[in-house]
Amino acid sequence: MNDLEPKHPGKKKSAFSRRGFLQGVGAGTTAAGVLSVPAEAQAPKAIGPGAVPITLTINGKAMQATVEPRVTLLDCMRHYMDLTGAKRVCDRGTCGACTVIMGGKVIYACSVLAIDAQGKQIETIENLTASGKTHPLVPAFVKHDAQQCGYCTPGFVMAAKGLLDRTPSPSYDQVKDGLGGNLCRCGTYVGVRQAVLEAAKGGRNG
Amino acid sequence: MVDYSWPPMNKRRVIGQRLNRLDGPAKSSGKAKYPTDVQRPGLLHAVILSSPHAHARVRSIDISAAQAMPGVEDIRVMSPAGTEIQWAGAEVAAIAARTEEIARDAARAIKVDYEVLPHLVKEDDLARAGNRAKAAGEQVTGDPDTVFRESGVVVHEGSYSIPVITHCCLEPHGSTIEYKGEKVEMWPSTQNVSGIGGDLARSLNIPVTNVSVHMDYMGGGFGSKFPADRWGTEGANMSKKTGKAVKLYLDRRQELTIGGVRPSAFAKVKIAARRDGTIVAWQSESWATGGVGGGGMPPIPYVFTNIPNKRLNHSAVSLNAGGARAWRAPNHAQACALTATAMEDLAAKLNMDSLEFMLKNANLTLRPETYRAQLQKAAELIEWKKYAHQRGDKTAGHIKQGLGIGFSTWGGAGHASNCRANIHPDGSVEVELGSQDIGTATRTAIAMVAAETLGIPVEQVKVKIGENSYPASGASGGSTTIGGVSSSTRKAAMNALDKLMDVVAASLNVPKDNLEAVDQRIQVKGNPDKAMTFKAACQKLGVKSISEMGTNDPKNPGGLNSQGASGVQMAHVSVDIETGVVRMNKFVAVQDCGLVVNPKTAESQVYGACIMNICAGLMEERVMDQITGRVLNADMEFYKLAGIKDIGEIVVHMDITPEHDRKGIIGLGEPPAIAGPAAISNAVANAIGVRVPGLPMTPERVLKALYGERSLA
Repeated sequence: MNDLEPKHPGKKKSAFSRRGFLQGVGAGTTAAGVLSVPAEAQAPKAIGPGAVPITLTINGKAMQATVEPRVTLLDCMRHYMDLTGAKRVCDRGTCGACTVIMGGKVIYACSVLAIDAQGKQIETIENLTASGKTHPLVPAFVKHDAQQCGYCTPGFVMAAKGLLDRTPSPSYDQVKDGLGGNLCRCGTYVGVRQAVLEAAKGGRNG
Repeated sequence: MVDYSWPPMNKRRVIGQRLNRLDGPAKSSGKAKYPTDVQRPGLLHAVILSSPHAHARVRSIDISAAQAMPGVEDIRVMSPAGTEIQWAGAEVAAIAARTEEIARDAARAIKVDYEVLPHLVKEDDLARAGNRAKAAGEQVTGDPDTVFRESGVVVHEGSYSIPVITHCCLEPHGSTIEYKGEKVEMWPSTQNVSGIGGDLARSLNIPVTNVSVHMDYMGGGFGSKFPADRWGTEGANMSKKTGKAVKLYLDRRQELTIGGVRPSAFAKVKIAARRDGTIVAWQSESWATGGVGGGGMPPIPYVFTNIPNKRLNHSAVSLNAGGARAWRAPNHAQACALTATAMEDLAAKLNMDSLEFMLKNANLTLRPETYRAQLQKAAELIEWKKYAHQRGDKTAGHIKQGLGIGFSTWGGAGHASNCRANIHPDGSVEVELGSQDIGTATRTAIAMVAAETLGIPVEQVKVKIGENSYPASGASGGSTTIGGVSSSTRKAAMNALDKLMDVVAASLNVPKDNLEAVDQRIQVKGNPDKAMTFKAACQKLGVKSISEMGTNDPKNPGGLNSQGASGVQMAHVSVDIETGVVRMNKFVAVQDCGLVVNPKTAESQVYGACIMNICAGLMEERVMDQITGRVLNADMEFYKLAGIKDIGEIVVHMDITPEHDRKGIIGLGEPPAIAGPAAISNAVANAIGVRVPGLPMTPERVLKALYGERSLA
């Protein structure tokens, strides 16, 4: 079963949706709580309430910070690591401006604690132009003017990246489902739909 | 005398091209640094403590426990004892701390004793407003009473409303501020780069020259981000006190509560026409709120202003709720929602096709030919003939389809703007303006105008905006920016080119007037052989750069920009009469806006406005609770915005014609953000056969209109 789909046995596989997305986040958090704790720490161990040192693996690099356990992955990246591509907007898992990919899943970084993100591979918008390579989504968003103020755009690009990782040739409806968990205030959806379809086509051809 | 006029349409090489926005790669790769992204050494995080009460007097405020918390660096009391709070969310204190978490803990530790006072937070029933409603004087034109009584006149009476909506900017209001000695560095999220420094300086009582404003990008304003605001002042005060930079932005709840709202509008309308459909009389009793200050009367009847007999009454209702700020096209969406709806209801009563009815009455508008042409174009694009039917879709089944019309007008002349164009001996070109790109692609338009004027590629122009040290340019409000900055850039670039021509004329030994700048060359007009490359011409400057100013004077734009945009929008919807759910099938916008610098980004503006219209037409409203006095949906779960699946098909037709082009540039922010909610309301009425009186068209309202209050019990 694909990582992005809700893990409900017996339930028909559905296209990626907000509901699936939120369930994915829930599953991701649970899994992180169980799997990322080192073996010797299996016994319950209180962390915090003071700041604790943590290490996150972001875009293939180990990054350290000392944060309170209540700090979200999003705030940790933005306030402590100068990774500001992901934006804080609703701050409670509605708008998608903070979308990143963690352990292969598209997640809202505002809804995951930084301490729970340890041991996971985290990919952010910054990775899409890292080491001289540009992901096809970036020029496609430019070509189709899928941005105005641009504040929601990194979230859309990362949700689209997650969609294409999983479904390299999405249909028009799959694009809409895949980006149904992101909100834009300026109204850029028309360009976004075209950009994602074109990036998918480019990926196939190239 | 330099001729600044735009080159003829067929001679333009850059203006009119569908170019990508220049900052697109920075935005779509996450590299664009917004004010909320700014990091400074030792940065403190600050938060605002808001009042939980809609109306209260502060008896006392005790910050001692909060002050004693480790990591808290400064606390400013914004509502000291004795302050009368007028809306929930109002600022009570500001707290700066080492981390945001500590600042929030400290906010919770502040003890405020309030004397709670009576409040009013809902305006839907004017009778309940009592002395909170203030009537403006009655305006009467002609003799409406006599006309309404005439035989042969068909009269319709109805109630219509459009609610308060909030700006819900994705980047919240606020700024990062750093005091350094006497100087202040400010990174605000603003629509007003040249003006916000002065606003902050006034509140701090320091010279404006001490404030440096920096803003490369900003995450949405829509009319709500002009001032430095009280939180800006307190951020600065806390920075001065602590000697550290302070980052203070509203949280999401505050953003939706005190970051600005669009006023509501309600009206009881009486409208009359002769049997042939000619509108002869209008009467309205309207009311509106935008917070404590009430709300002004929208310009009704809208667009069809020349109805000969009118009576207008309006009351401003003062509420204990967060205050109004400009929202794309202030009062126009409201005016359209009160006018186009009543007009279509009257057409239905006359058994007239609403398109025919609008066409018939176009003479009552200021630009009949334009509106007629736009109505016909929009009808063609939405396939009016195919889908039109009398009010109430009579086909079987529970899904009913309908069409509706809205219309708009706006000014949109360019604001006061200054630009400096620099041409350097190495051939590089800079244009500098204290302007801002709020998502409009202002940067791109400026570069295109400079490139067109100088005959060089767009990439060769370095656009410098977002600093108040650059020549002052107006705030981005009222659709004034593209007209203003394009005109000042045109003039500055022409003035700089004129200086460069002096050098080339001497070198080629030809009169300056015979030269033109095209294709990276300065050449004798029409003779590429007698030419010098742009770069070679610049080298002739020696060590001295050219630096020339250009100014757009709104009183004398010289034909470069003007005002008066018209638009027509149509909606095609499907309504499920069992669930009340309205789906967008298609939305059409026909828009003129004079000379279009970049059709690609101009279309983006219109697409965006259409989507905002769909939000406002179907789902967006601030919900107040009279018991607690608070906003019930100050978040993004229940303050509904349309998602990518909610918008249906959108068709944008920009009316780019030589006739419109001759007017010069007309701004495009407001014009397309007006007509949609009315068009959607009309489409729903056409589908289900009854008017849903209040926007937005939520399932609850649709079911209530269909089956009465009891349908929801």
